[in-house]
Formats: sequence, C-alpha cells, structure tokens
Amino acid sequence: MKKLLVTAVAALAAAATALPVSAADKLKVGFIYVGPVGDFGWTYQHEVGRQTIVKEFGDKIETTYLENVSEGPDSERSIEQLARTGHQLIFTTSFGFMDPTVKVAKKYPKIDFEHATGYKRAENLGIYSGRFYEGRYIQGIIAAKMSKSGVLGYIGSFPIPEVISGINATMLGAQTVNPNIKIKIIWVNTWFDPGKEADAAKALADQGADIIMQHTDSPAAMQVAAQRGIYAFGQDSDMIKFGPKTQLTAIINNWAPYYVRQVKAKLDDKWKAEDTWDGLKEKMVMMAPYTNMPDDVKKMAEDTEAAIIAGTLHPFKCPVLGQDGKPVECKGGANLDAGQILGMNFYVKGIDDKFPGK
Amino acid sequence: MGLFEAIVLSVIAASTPLLLAAAGELVTERAGVLNLGVEGMMIMGAACGFAGAWITGSTFIGALFGVAAGVALSAVFAVLTLGLAVNQVATGLALTILGIGASGLIGAGFVGERISPAPHLNIPGLSDLPVLGRIVFNQDGFVYFSILLIAGIWWFLYRTRGGLILRAVGDNHTSAHALGYPVLKVRLYAVLFGGACAGLGGAYLPLAYTPFFIPGMTAGRGWIALALVVFASWRPTRLVAGAYLFGAVSILQLHAQGAGIGIPSQLMSSLPYLATVIVLVLISRTRASAGSAAPASLGMAFVPDR
Repeated sequence: MKKLLVTAVAALAAAATALPVSAADKLKVGFIYVGPVGDFGWTYQHEVGRQTIVKEFGDKIETTYLENVSEGPDSERSIEQLARTGHQLIFTTSFGFMDPTVKVAKKYPKIDFEHATGYKRAENLGIYSGRFYEGRYIQGIIAAKMSKSGVLGYIGSFPIPEVISGINATMLGAQTVNPNIKIKIIWVNTWFDPGKEADAAKALADQGADIIMQHTDSPAAMQVAAQRGIYAFGQDSDMIKFGPKTQLTAIINNWAPYYVRQVKAKLDDKWKAEDTWDGLKEKMVMMAPYTNMPDDVKKMAEDTEAAIIAGTLHPFKCPVLGQDGKPVECKGGANLDAGQILGMNFYVKGIDDKFPGK
Repeated sequence: MGLFEAIVLSVIAASTPLLLAAAGELVTERAGVLNLGVEGMMIMGAACGFAGAWITGSTFIGALFGVAAGVALSAVFAVLTLGLAVNQVATGLALTILGIGASGLIGAGFVGERISPAPHLNIPGLSDLPVLGRIVFNQDGFVYFSILLIAGIWWFLYRTRGGLILRAVGDNHTSAHALGYPVLKVRLYAVLFGGACAGLGGAYLPLAYTPFFIPGMTAGRGWIALALVVFASWRPTRLVAGAYLFGAVSILQLHAQGAGIGIPSQLMSSLPYLATVIVLVLISRTRASAGSAAPASLGMAFVPDR
C-alpha cells in the first residue's frame, strides 16, 4: 500500500511539474489552462491552438501546458514554474490569471507573456481576446427567426461585461427580425456545473423559451434542448455532437491562428507586447456551420456574417438605446468604442429584466 | 406539461444524486467513520459509470460500474483509516483529490461521447395520469431506488440487531469492543456501503441527469451530501427532507430568475445554502440536547488492544 502511494505521489509530482528538457536551442512555449483540456469548451479550444503550433513549427519549438490551474494568487506559482524552467513565451489563458501574470512578468523581464481576456499590459506582457459579441449578434438574428414563442432563454455565468455585451448583442440582432422579442435570463454564477446548467435550461424551457443560448462551458444545456425538441447554440466549441438536430450554430473560439502568429513573431525576434482584439474578420471568432434551419434563415446569417467581416455592419452601431429608451453616449463615432463594449454595464432596450447589481 | 409538474420533475432529478451519496455517508458516519472523500468517490462513480454504460450500452451495468468504483475507492480509505488507523479527515481529503485526478484519467477517452439517458418507467394508464402520473409513475430507476434505499437504511438502523450494533460501534467503540462486537469489521462494511452509494450517486449524473461525461462534473455535490448528513442530524428520514429541500430551493431560484423577479442572482444562488442553514438552526433550537446528535465516536480511530 505504502509503495503504491509513493508511486502515486511521484506520478502526481511528475504530472504537476513541467519537466525540464535538455534541448536548449528550441523555443519553449508554455500554457496555463484554467480547466481540463477535455472540457469540450474554453480550455479545449486553447489546447487545439497549442496542438496547431506544435504541428506548424515541429521541432523548432517545445510546448508545455499546466491544466486545472485555479485562478487567483495560487496560479502565480504555476506561471513562475514555467518561467523558471526555460519557457520564453508563456500564455495564461483565463481572466483570473491577470494579476499573477503581471507579477511574474515583472519578475522575469526577459521572458514574454500573453494573457487572454485581461486588460493589464507591460513591456513583456501582451493581451488578447476575441470579439465574441459579433457571433452573438448573428445568433440573435437566427434565434428570432427560429423562435415560435418569441421568447429566448439565456443562461449567463457571471454578470461581467463580456457576458453582458453578449446578451445585448443577441438582443440587438434579434430585434432586427422581431422588435417585440423577449429574453429570459438566468444566472447560474458558475462557468461550469453541468447539472446546474441543465436545470437552468429546463427552467427556461418550462417558462416558454424555445431557443436556449448559453454563456457557460458545458454541453448540458444543448442536451436539454435536444430532449425538449427545441433549438440551442453551442458555446466556445462546436457542440453539434450533443445536439445533431438541435444546434443552430456555435461560436467557436479559434485561437490557433493567433498562437501561430505570435510564436512565429517570437521565433523571428519580432515579438511585441500588443493588445489584440480580433473577431470574425481575423477568424479568432468563427461560426460553426449553420444547421437545422431553413435556407432563408441560413442566408440571412451568412449575409450578416459577411457584412460584419466587411466592416459594413457593427452590432453596436449608434444609437444604442439603454433600458430606459434613451440613447447611450456614443464614444466611438459611428459605433460604441472598445472601452464601452469591454466594460459594458447596461442592458439595451427590450430586455425587461433588472440589470444585475443595479 | 404544467409548470408545477415541470418544477417537481426538475427538483427530483436535482435531489436524487445528493440523496444517494448522503445516504451512504450517513451509514458510514453512524458507524463512527468520517469519510470526507464523498466528492472523490462520486466523480469516480461518474467516470466509471459512464464508461460502463458506453461500453455495454446498458444503464444498469453502468450503474454497477459506478458502484464498483465507489467501493474500490472506499476500500483504499478503509485500509488506511481502519487498518493503519491513519487520520480520517486527512485521508478523506486525499481521497477526494485522488478521485478527481483518477476520474479525469479514466474519463479522458470518453469526453465528447454520448449515451442515451436512463430509461423512465412507463406503466400504461398510470404514467398517463395527470400530474401525479408523470411525477410518481414515470421516473428512472435511480429515483425509485433512492427512496427504497432510505427506507431500507431506516429499517436496518432502527429495526434490526445489525443496525443496533452499528450504532453502538459509532457511539462508543470501546464498549462495543468490550461486548465482543467486531468494531473494525462493522466499520469496514459501513465504509464500503458508503462508497457504493457515493459511486451510485456519482453515476446518476452522467447516466441520467446530463448524459455525457466531463471531468469535474460533480461540481461539489459530494460536499453538499456531506453537509446534508449533518443537516439531517444523522437520521435517514430527515435526510430525504434535507435533500429535497436543497433541490427544491436550487430549482425554484432558477425559475424565479427566469420569471424576472429582480432579486440579485448572487443572492438567489446562495439561497439553497441559506435555507439549509436556517432550517438547521431551527432544528437545533427546538431540540433540548442540541448538537449531541452526532455519533459519539465519529472520526476517532479505533485500535483494538492486543
């Protein structure tokens, strides 16, 4: 028994430690993941990105990832571990890694860092995120077209700007089709709890929503929709497997091209700390195939996607009306500016739920 | 399907895994052993249960796999805490960490696979009755089993000699030993039974609740099961009330949000916990001997004198 335990502990220790590797001339790239690589959502998509750079650069680079790293101060050790073991470029892939990444970046000025979805930068710390609201706008149009009851159900994780802007973009898209569309919002206050997500989806369906949308990570809501014979959208990755007759489309977080670009820049010694916020145009945000809908709806979705890519359509085109019906201040000229979208703290007109925290 | 009926159905589904896991832990604790590894045994039950059902195509065999996984993990716990008298709290926590890690490894190959959910009972005539038909006569096997399980545990603890011995071992292992009862053997069976139930409760998640496997899908339900045992003051009937109260508040707060009541969602999400705490306070206030409901030897290692 004791021996077994020792072996188990040794195995755990080996798994938790980024094994030092001898090849010194290779560029070592490290990744910090918040979830398991098999979560079929957020972390999975980052892992796809990592695998792509491995394929792309072959033996020029070496990659390491640490999965299931808890957000907050504790993650500092994990990031530092990568820094100490010779990694020259480190991606930390969740919002909650922000401050720890800033700290470690200060300590290791010769190493370059990239943090996903945050807002703190440094000489050797770049940030990157996706314009997910563009995809939400398209989903809103599809949802309003496909809904018979005129009620959409939305499962929110936490009331943070990224999720709020997604809800607003959905509504603005849906209102172009049906000005009287209604939306029911349930916050589950977790990113990942399949049981709770399923319960929320059931509650929404029971209250008359016939399209389920989610900003949580598991495919549980998709399965509930499939059982109920209503439609749903996938989140983070293509979830068609969980609802072949249910998924209308999904927003896919496509980090691979970005990782390839950044690793190439690093290899060529041209890496700079930048603020990247890419959308459909740059393919950082992609739409899964439009399925389970009539051709005219599909065409509408495709046209909208093309217009966003061409830059002729912006989901947050001014005037954007707040819940009280008054236009929101328009800081970006024709559209809301980046700061307003990244820090969105209001609901648009037509959402008759109370804004969380107000 | 009416809204009331829909809510009751969701409540039953949300409460069943808690009830199953908590029922096992209740028996374990009644024998004087505190196994904090419920979360680990549940997630192992989920991984192995899904694997079993996916390979064989049978929910029943999947459930057996889940039970076996829970038993196997609890056997590790038994060897350490009963055989070597290691600290129960530390071992239980280690068991949770081990279970979460090992289940990720076992389940890795099954992520993204689908199975058909557990079949529901269908009695022509009865299942079609309005409201009652769907609630009482159209559940999956897990739900009926969880109720039978509680009835069985109640009968065993309070109506059989074996149950009396088990409670005696939990309340005072030295006296039980002096009377000639095999303390460690009783505790071993209780721990294994607890593991079986936790494994089954875990297996319910990927087999019936949300029919897929994802690492970490128990999402803390093992800890809630542990708390429910305390809430129930170690009594099986109160356990049912506790599990269903918790499930009901969890589901109702979602419905209240969907209906746009306008109470902050963070407060709503904490309601199930608040409700349980409040009821717990009320129970202990009305009881003369508050706090003495715990088995007296709970968590204490027993080393027989040689």
